[in-house]
Amino acid sequence: MNLKECATRPELLASGHRLCAGCGESITVRLVLKATKRPTIVTTATGCLEVATTIFPYTSWDLPWIHTAFENAAANASGIEAAFRAMKRKGRGPLAKYDHIDVIAFAGDGGTYDIGLQALSGALERGHDFLYVLIDNEAYMNTGIQRSGGTPYAAATTTSPAGSVIPGKREWKKPIDEIVIAHEVPYVSTVNSAHPLDLMEKVKRGLEAEGPAFVHALVPCPRGWRFPPEQTLAMGRLAIQTCIFPLWECRLEEGRPKYNLSSPSLSIARNPKMKKPVEEYLKNQGRFSHLFRPQQRDDIIKEIQAWVDLKWEILLEKAM
Amino acid sequence: MMIEQKLMGLNGDEAIAYALRQINPDVVAAYPITPQTIIVERFSEYVANGEVETEFIAVESEHSALTTCITAEAAGARAFTCTASAGLALMWEMTYVAAGMRLPVVMAVANRALSSPLNIHGDHSDAMGARDSGWVQLYCENSQEAYDSVIQAWRIGEHRDVQLPVMICLDGFILSHTLENVMVLPDEVVKNFVGERASPKVGGHLGEVEYRLDPEQPLTMGSMDLYDFYFEHKRQQEDAMEKALPVVEKVGKEYAEISGRAYGLLDPYRLEDAEVAIVGLGSTMGTARVAVDQLRSEGVKAGLLRIRAFRPFPVKEIVDTLLHVRSVGVLDRSMGFGALGGPLFAEMRNAFYDTSSKPLLSDYIYGLGGRDMSTELLSVIFNSLEKNRKARRVSKPVQYIGLRE
Repeated sequence: MNLKECATRPELLASGHRLCAGCGESITVRLVLKATKRPTIVTTATGCLEVATTIFPYTSWDLPWIHTAFENAAANASGIEAAFRAMKRKGRGPLAKYDHIDVIAFAGDGGTYDIGLQALSGALERGHDFLYVLIDNEAYMNTGIQRSGGTPYAAATTTSPAGSVIPGKREWKKPIDEIVIAHEVPYVSTVNSAHPLDLMEKVKRGLEAEGPAFVHALVPCPRGWRFPPEQTLAMGRLAIQTCIFPLWECRLEEGRPKYNLSSPSLSIARNPKMKKPVEEYLKNQGRFSHLFRPQQRDDIIKEIQAWVDLKWEILLEKAM
Repeated sequence: MMIEQKLMGLNGDEAIAYALRQINPDVVAAYPITPQTIIVERFSEYVANGEVETEFIAVESEHSALTTCITAEAAGARAFTCTASAGLALMWEMTYVAAGMRLPVVMAVANRALSSPLNIHGDHSDAMGARDSGWVQLYCENSQEAYDSVIQAWRIGEHRDVQLPVMICLDGFILSHTLENVMVLPDEVVKNFVGERASPKVGGHLGEVEYRLDPEQPLTMGSMDLYDFYFEHKRQQEDAMEKALPVVEKVGKEYAEISGRAYGLLDPYRLEDAEVAIVGLGSTMGTARVAVDQLRSEGVKAGLLRIRAFRPFPVKEIVDTLLHVRSVGVLDRSMGFGALGGPLFAEMRNAFYDTSSKPLLSDYIYGLGGRDMSTELLSVIFNSLEKNRKARRVSKPVQYIGLRE
C-alpha cells in the first residue's frame, strides 16, 4: 500500500467523534481501517475509543461495530468469528453469503495487559481467526490516567503518582508481546502511527494470517503523557528512535517464532549511532518530569536506559 | 396435532443436551461447572460425532461463555450457554449486557448454592442473584419440563415483542443428575417448532436495518448512552418484560398442541377450593403435590401453586389464582440477607398489597445448599399455615424449615 492508495480508501472512522485533540487512538484506528479490504466487523473494549465514538444516537463507525464490556474484546471477536463459521458450515444464516469476514478487536492496555488478559489468552489458545489491535497508551486514560500493566517504569499516573518517597510507577512494563508470542500464534507485530505505511502493511498481514494475529500499537496520549497535542507523532517517532518501542514482526514458521525488524528499527540496528538516549523521550513528557525537576534523577534515567538497552539487545538476538 | 414421541431415560442435563442436539444452534459456548457440566459433555459428544453443525467454543471462563454468546447473537446467530452458581456469578456483568442489548441468548442454569462456604448442591441463590438482570426466568419442576422449556425458550426470547435472553432453571442434582422418564419429540418437529431466527428492524445511521452485525448494513451495537437516552432504553426493556407474559403462555399452548404437555406462567394444583396453599419454584413442587394429596385425603383443603415464570413475575395471574385462599405459604430456596424473607416472599407480598382482601402470607426458607425437602417437612409447613388460618393472623412471617437452631 502507498500513500496515494491510502488517501483514496474510505474513511471508516468518521470525524466528529469526541476523542481529544492529538489523540493517537483515532490516528491509529483510521489507519487500521484503511488497511481493510474484505468485509469487516469490528469490536472494541470499553475505553476512550468506545465512549468517544459511539455516544448514542451518533456513531463514527461506518462498518458493523459492537461493544459489550471492558475485559472481553477477544471473547467478543471469538463469538462473531464462531457465528460466521457456523453459518458457513450450515450454508444458511445472514452471514453465510460472505466468503470471508475479517474480525478486528480493539482494546487498550488496561483491556489487554490487565483485565482482558484471560479472554485474550483463551481466544489465542482456541485459535480464532481474528486480528487483535492493542492500542497501548500506557495507562487507564478513560478513567483519568491510572497505572496499568502497560505503564512504563517511573511514569507518574494518578495511581502511581510521583511522590516525595516513591518516584512514579515501580514496576516495568509487562512483556505483553512475548506473552502473546508464547501462545504460538501466526502473526505478532508492533506498530506506531509515526510510520503509517508500515502500520497498514502489518494490519494487512495480520488480517491475511490464518488464525489469531496481534498488532501492538503504541498510542501516544497528550493528556496522559502530558505533552502538547501537536507532538503525538513526534513522540511516537522518539519511542522508536530511542528503542523504547522498536518496530518488528514475528511470524510462526515451522513452529518457531521468527522475528524481523521493521525498517525504522532495522536502520538503528545497522547503525547503532542512530540510537537516541532515552532522556530525549522522557524529557518531553510531563509524566516523567519528576525525573528532571526539581533535581535531575540520573539514577532512575540510567536504570531506564539500562532496561531499554537490555530489551533491545534481546530483540536483536532474536531478530538479527 | 399430537405427534408420536419417544420415551427416554434422561437426567435434566441430558434432556437439555438432547433438546439442543435437535435445535442445532449456531454457537454453544460453555465452561464446566458442577452440576451443569453434563450438558456440555453430552453436547460435546454430539459435536464430536457430527450430529450437530454447531460451533462449540470451550471457553476459558463463564464470562467469556456469555460474551461469545452475546456477540454471536449480535451476528445474527443462535447461541446457547449453561452454567451454575459461581459461573453465573462470574457472568453477572454480561447478564445485564445480554438483556440491555436485547439479544435472545438461551441459558440453562443448573441451580446451585453460592460460596462461601463452597457447596455444590442445589438452591436458588444463583438465579435469584440474576433476577433483576432483565432475563426471562423459567423454573422447571422435572427433567421433562427442562427438555420442553429449552425448546420453548427460543420462541419466547426471539419473539418480536420480547427480544430478551431466557434462563431455564433446573435444580442442581435433584434434576440435573437424576434419571427420569422423558418423552422426546422427533428432531424435525423440534426444528420446525423452533424455526429460524429473524432479527428485528431498527434505525441505524444508514436508515432502517436489521438489528445484527453485517458488513452490508453497518450498524453500531452496544454504544454509549448518556442520561438523555439510557432511561428510555431501560423502560423499553421493562415493556418487553410485560409483553413476555402473554408470549410465555402462547408458546406454551402451541407446544401443548404438538406434545400434549401444556405450559404457562403458573402451574396450579388442587387450588379451586383450597383454604391453605403453598407457592414455590422448581422440583420441590413435585414433592409438594404428594404432600397436598396426603392432606386432602385427611380432609385438609390444601393446594399449591408452582410459579414457572419468575421473570416476568405474573402478578395478576397469581392474585387471581390465590385470592380465595385464606393462608398461603411461600417457599424460598434462597436467602434475602437483611430483607424480610426470601426473594419470592417479597414478590408475593408486593403482589397482594393492592388487593382489598388478601391471604395470610408467610415465608418458609428451606433447602439451602441442597438440604432435602421431604413430605414430612412440607406437612410442618401446612400445619403452620393451618394454624395461621385458624388464628386469622400470621404468627411468624419468616421461618426456616429443616434447620437446626
